[in-house]
Amino acid sequence: MPDQIFEYAPAPESRAIVDIAPSYGLFIDGEFREAAGGKVFKTVSPATEEVLSEVAQADGEDVEAAVRAARAAFPGWSGLPGTERAKYIFRIARILQERARELAVLETLDNGKPIRETRDADLPLVAAHFFYYAGWADKLEHAGLGPDPRPLGVAGQVIPWNFPLLMLAWKIAPALATGNTVVLKPAETTPLSALFFADVCRQAGLPRGVVNIITGDGATGAALVAHPDIDKVAFTGSTAVGKAIARTVAGTRKKLTLELGGKGANIVFDDAPVDQAVEGIVNGIYFNQGQVCCAGSRLLVQESVQDELLDALKRRLRTLRVGDPMDKNTDVGAINSAEQLARIEELADSGEAEGAERWSAPCELPGNGYWFAPTLFTGVSQAHRIAREEIFGPVLSVLTFRTPDEAVAKANNTPYGLSAGIWTEKGSRILSMANKLRAGVVWANTFNKFDPTSPFGGYKESGFGREGGRHGLEAYLDVR
Amino acid sequence: MSDEPKKTAKSGGTAGKTGRPAGKTAAKSPAKSPAKSPAKGRTSVRTPARRIDVLKTYKLFVGGKFPRSESGRVYEVTDSEGNWLANAPQASRKDARDAVTAARKAFGGWSGATAYNRGQILYRVAEMLEGRREQFAAEVAAAEGLPGPAATAQVDAAIDRWVWYAGWSDKIVQVAGGANPVAGPFFNLSTPEPTGVVAVLAPQESSFLGLASVLAPVIVTGNTAVVVPSEKAPLPALSLAEVLATSDVPGGVVNLLSGRTREVAATLAAHQDVNALDLAGAGADGELAKELETAAAENLKRVLRPDEGAAEGVDWSADPGTSRLLAFLETKTVWHPIGV
Amino acid sequence: MSSASTATASPASAPASALADVTASDAALRRYLHGLPGVDAVGLEARAATLGTRSIKTTAKAYAIDLAISMIDLTTLEGADTPGKVRSLCAKGANPDPSDRTTPQVAAICVYSDMAATAKKALSAGGGSGINVASVATAFPSGRAALSVKLADTREAVAAGADEIDMVIDRGAFLAGDYGKVFEEIQAVKDACRRPGGGEPAHLKVIFENGELSTYDNIRRASWLAMLAGADFIKTSTGKVAVNATLPNTLLMLEAVRDFRAATGTQIGVKPAGGIRTAKDAIRYLVVVNETAGPDWLSPDWFRFGASSLLNDLLMQRQKLKTGRYSGPDYVTVD
Repeated sequence: MPDQIFEYAPAPESRAIVDIAPSYGLFIDGEFREAAGGKVFKTVSPATEEVLSEVAQADGEDVEAAVRAARAAFPGWSGLPGTERAKYIFRIARILQERARELAVLETLDNGKPIRETRDADLPLVAAHFFYYAGWADKLEHAGLGPDPRPLGVAGQVIPWNFPLLMLAWKIAPALATGNTVVLKPAETTPLSALFFADVCRQAGLPRGVVNIITGDGATGAALVAHPDIDKVAFTGSTAVGKAIARTVAGTRKKLTLELGGKGANIVFDDAPVDQAVEGIVNGIYFNQGQVCCAGSRLLVQESVQDELLDALKRRLRTLRVGDPMDKNTDVGAINSAEQLARIEELADSGEAEGAERWSAPCELPGNGYWFAPTLFTGVSQAHRIAREEIFGPVLSVLTFRTPDEAVAKANNTPYGLSAGIWTEKGSRILSMANKLRAGVVWANTFNKFDPTSPFGGYKESGFGREGGRHGLEAYLDVR
Repeated sequence: MSDEPKKTAKSGGTAGKTGRPAGKTAAKSPAKSPAKSPAKGRTSVRTPARRIDVLKTYKLFVGGKFPRSESGRVYEVTDSEGNWLANAPQASRKDARDAVTAARKAFGGWSGATAYNRGQILYRVAEMLEGRREQFAAEVAAAEGLPGPAATAQVDAAIDRWVWYAGWSDKIVQVAGGANPVAGPFFNLSTPEPTGVVAVLAPQESSFLGLASVLAPVIVTGNTAVVVPSEKAPLPALSLAEVLATSDVPGGVVNLLSGRTREVAATLAAHQDVNALDLAGAGADGELAKELETAAAENLKRVLRPDEGAAEGVDWSADPGTSRLLAFLETKTVWHPIGV
Repeated sequence: MSSASTATASPASAPASALADVTASDAALRRYLHGLPGVDAVGLEARAATLGTRSIKTTAKAYAIDLAISMIDLTTLEGADTPGKVRSLCAKGANPDPSDRTTPQVAAICVYSDMAATAKKALSAGGGSGINVASVATAFPSGRAALSVKLADTREAVAAGADEIDMVIDRGAFLAGDYGKVFEEIQAVKDACRRPGGGEPAHLKVIFENGELSTYDNIRRASWLAMLAGADFIKTSTGKVAVNATLPNTLLMLEAVRDFRAATGTQIGVKPAGGIRTAKDAIRYLVVVNETAGPDWLSPDWFRFGASSLLNDLLMQRQKLKTGRYSGPDYVTVD
């Protein structure tokens, strides 16, 4: 028996729990309808390239209809007593909990991320977010945002594909709690969970027009943020698109919050709790295939412990299980799209071309779908593209430092400022580093932790505004 | 101070020290100087020999120093009736660049100073101003064409505003930050931190109270500022620099660039090392505000737009609230596990 | 260390020779143990919890169940133990499932030292000659006795035929910071495991009583202390206190043996004991072994479960896998 290897047999989650229709329309004014232009596009499972469904491609006319529906619903929704608005949102939270497994499976199919993550991270956080903001709906005057905070009106929201339903929750929950109505556009490659959310709204009895979901591509999103009758734009996505949106809303009264890219530094000192630091590094860059804006994509390790840490890290990476996202034992799933895979490959190749040393965990990648083995680069300098540009994939750039000051200087040496990690057993050093790091979220001796009560958002080109917590309300309120 | 307006009728003693005659005085001086000629200073009723005032050369304030514009340019500043008051430096792109460099250099020390320290320094600004109320009242009167009591009221309100914001230094963090009860074994704390270098277009109409109302909230939290004062009434701001320089405000924390708002602001709005932009001074010009906000998008500056209806004028004497403090703060959230 | 300990050390602590200098003095030992990387409790527990969500199905489950059975130190450590009880336990260990002779035997029968001879005899008579006798010793479970008593306890057990000795460390000395005393005691017991007439010495398992050490940092230090002193196995607990084996503290000890082998070349075994009652629990531990120390430890030579009720649950799950229907307590034996 000792000669035998403990191979985990496939443990696939059942797909039967979710029923995906062959096609979906736009959810406007409480009902599904085809796009005005009749156009549709396909959404595929990135793990298999199987077509999951066809969804409507919204154009300007559809945006117009959705904004009109949201505008029409606004007086009623914002006029409801907060206590009553709260109950709708609590209902949504509960229904999301009830349907959590179904939605987790759906999200895994459409996004390619492991079922372990959708089941244990995404969906619990989604429900928690609605539950948290539901409670705010009738307490806004106590939020410390002035005596008479008022809803803005119609919020136009555009979200990314990396955490489709969670990003929806981060956008819709505070918007509804504060009395706004919304038009939300999910990402082109992951539209399904938002469309299922529309059904959750139906089950919750949410008044028509309060939540409108329009699917489409970048042009749809651009039309939405440019629409003259929206009062608020909330966007999560790339910094390039964020800048374009900032230009679009310049000179208007639209309130804007942006949650954009990052190039987070995960700083490991020689006195770090090394086993947990390794876990934190892995969680920091390989969680969700590294497709996380706050990923710890730059490992800054104190030079004196570099070898020891890298040995431990590589040993750990060999145990990562890459493959079928529906398998409950999969740690790293598929890259979300061919386009994203191409970008990761291009940047990884540049790392090699620029002289960094590439190492990938040995793993067999499936033949179909979009895959990239967990990879790290050593010998990276701040001048390398892989140390500066957001890769948004499972690629770690390892840099070294000698002193705390050098670590701070390198960590802050980026136009981004979303997240940072600190690993050391010395408390005073943690607090000193945390003070000096120019990042909106600092994880000390942990990484990639999220909670509805905890404000999240960036410094510098990582965007502005905060999502989560009391701070997250401000983005949807006129507090003057 | 109630007798302030009378002063011009008395000896030049006090007024002479202010360096710059009040506009009204100049206009009403017996000499009846023609428009756009230098004010002739005061005429003593007792002595026939006229003492010629020593005029002040107004300069920029950059990095704690008082340079002329590197461009060598000045522009004429007049009172509300068109009488010449001074030649103000007309800051250039390079002056803006230098000011940003100075502001960036000062940021670490200023943001790292204790809140108590910053609060005392802002309070010190108020103390210094209090001793120079007459000078500033005269300057504001000249700049804004206000009658003496109204100008004095502006100065008093401005001083009080510095005091008000001074007190916020060690309170805003408590009000805007706090512990977050996350669902797990983690200590989780959100703290507001200064955004960095803030370009401030000070209000055009309110040369001193408006200035205090936009500058104090920016720096009290630890930001450093590059301020473009009112284009047509920059003198109170440039004189404020003298107060700042003697109030323990570290060099570079406040930088003042008089000149053409559009020109200087364009450079600042596009500058990649500026973190935020206060458009108060573009309130009457929607096109300019839009242009600047568009330029600011390039590095995602935090932009504080002019108040709604700013074109019709802003009442700077109103209770300011905390919104100008919060506009230039970033919330940093720190997590740490709780375990033995 | 005192000169006395140096005398007892020699062959037994040879594996640790790569780190000989760290045990050269009390001060050096303390510096070394306190210089080990810290353990972040939340991170450790999160990692264990994540591994606990692994889904082990079908063929992997069948393999894991048989492996787990083969790793059990089937244990009875009661004041009411009698020769009859011990004999029946030995029979059960040798033949866990009378309805299925393909069921593997357990690794060892674990008893008090005065029952070691009874167990040895029962095993050799009952088809269990391949099963070891493990005897607790050193004033188990409290360890509060004079060294001479502990050593006598150990020698008696060895003389009675025990193949393995499960000793307890002096937690009082450890918590008082007297690492040298703990170190020397382990060395002395290791020495007492040798057989006067030659032959394979009894294997030494060193029990920390993690629940009393209280912190993960202490467990990591105790692990290294015991390994440096010559332990063949490190063991979580006696099963007699409130907190016994947990997934996180076992994971931590697996990290220790992994790192110790990397540092010295010597492989040490790990034994969680107490509180592991279900097949599901056992499989979680095997996953943690697999993904922490690695497959080299997936053998009764390097990993054991100290348990009594675990065996029956494993047997019921085994029957379920074979037949496709759920089993019940009437279909496994009570011993």
